Amino acid sequence: MLSSQKISLAKVAARAFITPLTVRTFASSAVARTVSLDLHKNSFETYNCDAPSLEVKLPKEELVRMYQSMVVMRRMEMASDGLYKAKLIRGFCHLCTGQEAVAVGMETALTAEDKIITAYRCHGFTYMRGGSITSILAELLGRKAGISGGKGGSMHMFTPNFYGGNGIVGAQVPLGAGVAFAQKYLDKKAATFSLYGDGASNQGQVFEAYNMAKLWDLPAVFVCENNRYGMGTAANRSSANTSYFKRGDYIPGLKVNGMDVLAVHQAVAYAKEWTVSGKGPLLLEMETYRYGGHSMSDPGTTYRTREEIQHMRSNNDPITGLKQRLLESNIVTEDELKAIDKAARVEVDKAVEEAKASPEPEISEFWTQIYKKGTEVPYVRGREPEEFHRY
Amino acid sequence: MSLNAMRTARLATTLTAASRSIVQQNMLHLHTSFKTHYAAPSTPPPAEGFMPGVANSKLIKHTHHDALRNPELAGVANGETKKMNTFQAINDAMSIALATDDTACVFGEDVAFGGVFRCTMGLSEMFGRDRVFNTPLSEQAIAGFGIGMAAMGSTAIAEIQFADYIFPAFDQLVNEAAKYRYRSGGEFNVGGLCIRTPSGAVGHGGHYHSQSPEAYFAHTPGLKVVIPRSPIQAKGLLLASIRDRNPVIFMEPKILYRAAVEMVPVGDYELPIGKAEILTQGKDLTVVGWGAQLYVLENAIQLAQKKMPGLSVELIDLRSILPWDVETVCNSVNKTGRLLIAHEAPKTQGFAAEIASTVMERCFLRLEAPPQRLCSFDTPFPLIYEKFHVPDMIRCAEGIERAMKF
Repeated sequence: MLSSQKISLAKVAARAFITPLTVRTFASSAVARTVSLDLHKNSFETYNCDAPSLEVKLPKEELVRMYQSMVVMRRMEMASDGLYKAKLIRGFCHLCTGQEAVAVGMETALTAEDKIITAYRCHGFTYMRGGSITSILAELLGRKAGISGGKGGSMHMFTPNFYGGNGIVGAQVPLGAGVAFAQKYLDKKAATFSLYGDGASNQGQVFEAYNMAKLWDLPAVFVCENNRYGMGTAANRSSANTSYFKRGDYIPGLKVNGMDVLAVHQAVAYAKEWTVSGKGPLLLEMETYRYGGHSMSDPGTTYRTREEIQHMRSNNDPITGLKQRLLESNIVTEDELKAIDKAARVEVDKAVEEAKASPEPEISEFWTQIYKKGTEVPYVRGREPEEFHRY
Repeated sequence: MSLNAMRTARLATTLTAASRSIVQQNMLHLHTSFKTHYAAPSTPPPAEGFMPGVANSKLIKHTHHDALRNPELAGVANGETKKMNTFQAINDAMSIALATDDTACVFGEDVAFGGVFRCTMGLSEMFGRDRVFNTPLSEQAIAGFGIGMAAMGSTAIAEIQFADYIFPAFDQLVNEAAKYRYRSGGEFNVGGLCIRTPSGAVGHGGHYHSQSPEAYFAHTPGLKVVIPRSPIQAKGLLLASIRDRNPVIFMEPKILYRAAVEMVPVGDYELPIGKAEILTQGKDLTVVGWGAQLYVLENAIQLAQKKMPGLSVELIDLRSILPWDVETVCNSVNKTGRLLIAHEAPKTQGFAAEIASTVMERCFLRLEAPPQRLCSFDTPFPLIYEKFHVPDMIRCAEGIERAMKF
């Protein structure tokens, strides 16, 4: 298993879609420089479990890289927004601006052995799980350098330990239970995190997955990214119970301040420990907020006030929040942060150019990956009687 | 009835239908003046979307008189028309359905806000939030809920936001909705259920926003499946689908929501389910399509005619996939001897297969060429290859040529 995974990682890396690091696991070389930070006492709310410790211990470098990742992610999403408005990206595109802390805080608490699966708002997770900025932007553009070769677009991005974006609301959740089962069956000391939104939480298959996960005590963590609106519908207008962390009934749950990357880190580390130690599944509810609309066709201001968005931006922004923490604790200087911001801009701008320069994929790729190479059906039929693609 | 008697009876219907189509042909040729249309109080937004040829299509009824020349609209022939695009026509149909049926409700994801394609704009304000309401993101439950509501005798107009999202509801529709009447020996039925869902390609929809799943449902006795081609058709067929006392799946080609604009009768009218419409009469070749593909076919026919001057093509809008109008198609093929069918869904088990095999059964000795099926590739619906994936104008024109030169 491990060796085959290595091979597939190498293969993907060879396609230059994945950065050589494979996953942005944060270097632990700087243990000596570990700092201790206290979380706000309201960071967690519990349901049938104890709260994680409010004391977060992380190496300084890791804290800085958390900041850097969030900044890069935001720039990347802003670049996507620009490319969409320039009509270079067409179709569906869902940005995670405002929700960066979830993907970043999660990654710092996990290893490459842990798996993540999410829905359509997947660019940030793809990046954190090793997808290069160029490959993400190129996928959005439908280019050859795209992480799925341009065949999918916004909600179809995958890396070896990221089971993807998914466009069918809620469909990814039972898949996550299956991935978790395989981990348990193979004796991996790792967990699977299945993410879904407050809107998706009402899909029947989410509850079916809860039941299986508890029945078989799977290392499955169900993570509801509650950004308060399922498209344009406020959570309380779609859900009879908006305490999403309590909706597992027989599964304990934890509500987390999803705008604080450190709280997310702490909760995810706790959840991993919980599930891997054999206690069965856990629910996490990340209280977060998206600044933009649901998708590019939604201005995002018809079902909520501009004041609300402004309030979240100025008081709860995950990047600003961490920045203040880092400065107050004298971990970095203002100038160092500015340098990070600048470098992020340069990095994303470069990736935009690379993605734009990538050609559209060859037509020969159109027929690949429907079946396993070498075991295909003899041919697929085309648009006219004599049009075939033979394998 | 003996087999022979059945054959004779079938032949008789074939003949009457043939003579009927000739009458229809004459009626279509009764051109009247092109008087200007009624001024519309609110005009639809400019046509948009990747659908070349719709705005200037001869299939589109640009004027009041053009629109009302249709004998199927006899009931509203003296009424007004108003310029509407497809989503406005669908909105109008639902508005009429809600106004004329106190039991009718409209529900689905975001419909109270107007829906992602604006089809339900203003309905909740007009008819109240208790009749036009949002549901959670639960397709299976939306279908099941609609089935229960319809089983009580109410009219349930449910929206599945994209046809690609209908599969979580597949069990409810195939096992519950379609079989309720049969299973209960007629005790219950879900005749009041109509599921609306946007389908088809838009140019950049990708895997989950472009599919045309009509064939899955056409395999299910008990359901009806309807696909309109234009605003006038959408309004009349949707009203008929809502009022039909069987569960109907109404697939709306989403590219036409804005791309197709017509003068639509403002009155209450229905168009027949199960009846195809002959759009252009012809004697050399029968071309069958539905929804947005008809505009591709219209252009393909023109292209083929440039190459083969004098080519006379009979273009048929099937309109209803289940039941489908075997008579009209077979009568036409008996006349022309050649058949081409085109659709956006993949070829294998696409609905063209059913049409082609029925025509083989019914018109075998009359066929001059093998039926041509112009369909999408048997692949998933890829983002970047979409234009290559679907049977475009040039492919369809080549298909016409192939059928003619066989």
